[in-house]
Amino acid sequence: MQTMKFEYPATGRVPRRAHVGVVGSGDLEVLLEPSTESKAIVKIRTSVDGFDEYWKAVLDRFFSKYQGAALIEINDFGATPGTVALRLEQAVEESEA
Amino acid sequence: MKNSTELLEATVDYRTRESFLELHARERAKALLDADSFRELLGPFDRVTSPWLAIQDIVPEADDGCIVAKGTIDGHAAVVVAIEGKFQGGSIGEVCGMKLATALELARKDTENGTPTYAVLLLETGGVRLQEANLGLALISEIHAQIMELRQHVPVVGVVAGMVGCFGGMSLAAALCTSLIVTRQARLGMNGPEVIEQEAGIEEFNASDRALVWSVDGGEYRVKAGFADLLVPDDARAVAKAVRHELAKGVPAVHRSSKVEHYRNLLAQMDTSRQWDAAMVAEKFGKESTK
Repeated sequence: MQTMKFEYPATGRVPRRAHVGVVGSGDLEVLLEPSTESKAIVKIRTSVDGFDEYWKAVLDRFFSKYQGAALIEINDFGATPGTVALRLEQAVEESEA
Repeated sequence: MKNSTELLEATVDYRTRESFLELHARERAKALLDADSFRELLGPFDRVTSPWLAIQDIVPEADDGCIVAKGTIDGHAAVVVAIEGKFQGGSIGEVCGMKLATALELARKDTENGTPTYAVLLLETGGVRLQEANLGLALISEIHAQIMELRQHVPVVGVVAGMVGCFGGMSLAAALCTSLIVTRQARLGMNGPEVIEQEAGIEEFNASDRALVWSVDGGEYRVKAGFADLLVPDDARAVAKAVRHELAKGVPAVHRSSKVEHYRNLLAQMDTSRQWDAAMVAEKFGKESTK
């Protein structure tokens, strides 16, 4: 298991918290809630070590569109980058629904 | 029993049905409660999670794989506890087990204090979580005790839908339920097929032989043998209907698991010199056990 933390400048409002996904094979859970700071913080726990660059690439792309000052917690059980991106978008969708 | 199954089967339109098996535990709980009555206790944002997994290098889940939902079923107070089979095989650790046991305890206290509260348990679990072995074992016995207490007052209905199935100490919890609902995809057994193969050899039980496994542990055969009560198709509405059907029956005079002498006599009559198969077990146990 590896833990990672990323931060992005963000000031957008997060209307409400959202929880999506499960910590099952090839999947992940995302907990998204408003941050008290004017930045987004992403904390990751993943079962697969050594993919830091991939996580950064997925999050860079996500935060190029998403402006929310969110506290995001990810518990990952071997999801592909595509699955991670979709779960993040799903969390945002639920948060803004 | 057979008639109810056929009735439920007949109501399913496979073009419009919503698969129950494809739902995660939280969605399953929602599907069983009255619309908009779902209220989760100790949800993921409460962050009551396993303190033991991370120190063993295993990624935890924020709700520890156990969803406790309060709400109503046909307007009647109810608690649905759903185990998430996709997280660590639905295994019972300290937090998950405590959530389940305490939910049952609170349902009993509410019941005793004038608010009868039904309990529905969605059991997708391989039993005790090996990484939290002692605590898991202790809690499974606590869960058994709480089911025994609560079922004296209100029905406790178990549902094993699949695909994980229900094994180990939690198969005993399923057996203690007032009524047990299964699908054809469900499996119910004390030792899982892989465990039997590993311990007794492939000649005894070939865990990769799906036809064999389902002919012993499968939901359909468990109903035929009288160890489960209702066979339902994989449809969320059919499961919800079956749950209401079983809850409406109330508390029986004698629970199946209390018919100790009855089952002891049947076991004593079994000729163990020959190999029993599913049909023989159904013949021996099926007709008698529903009486």
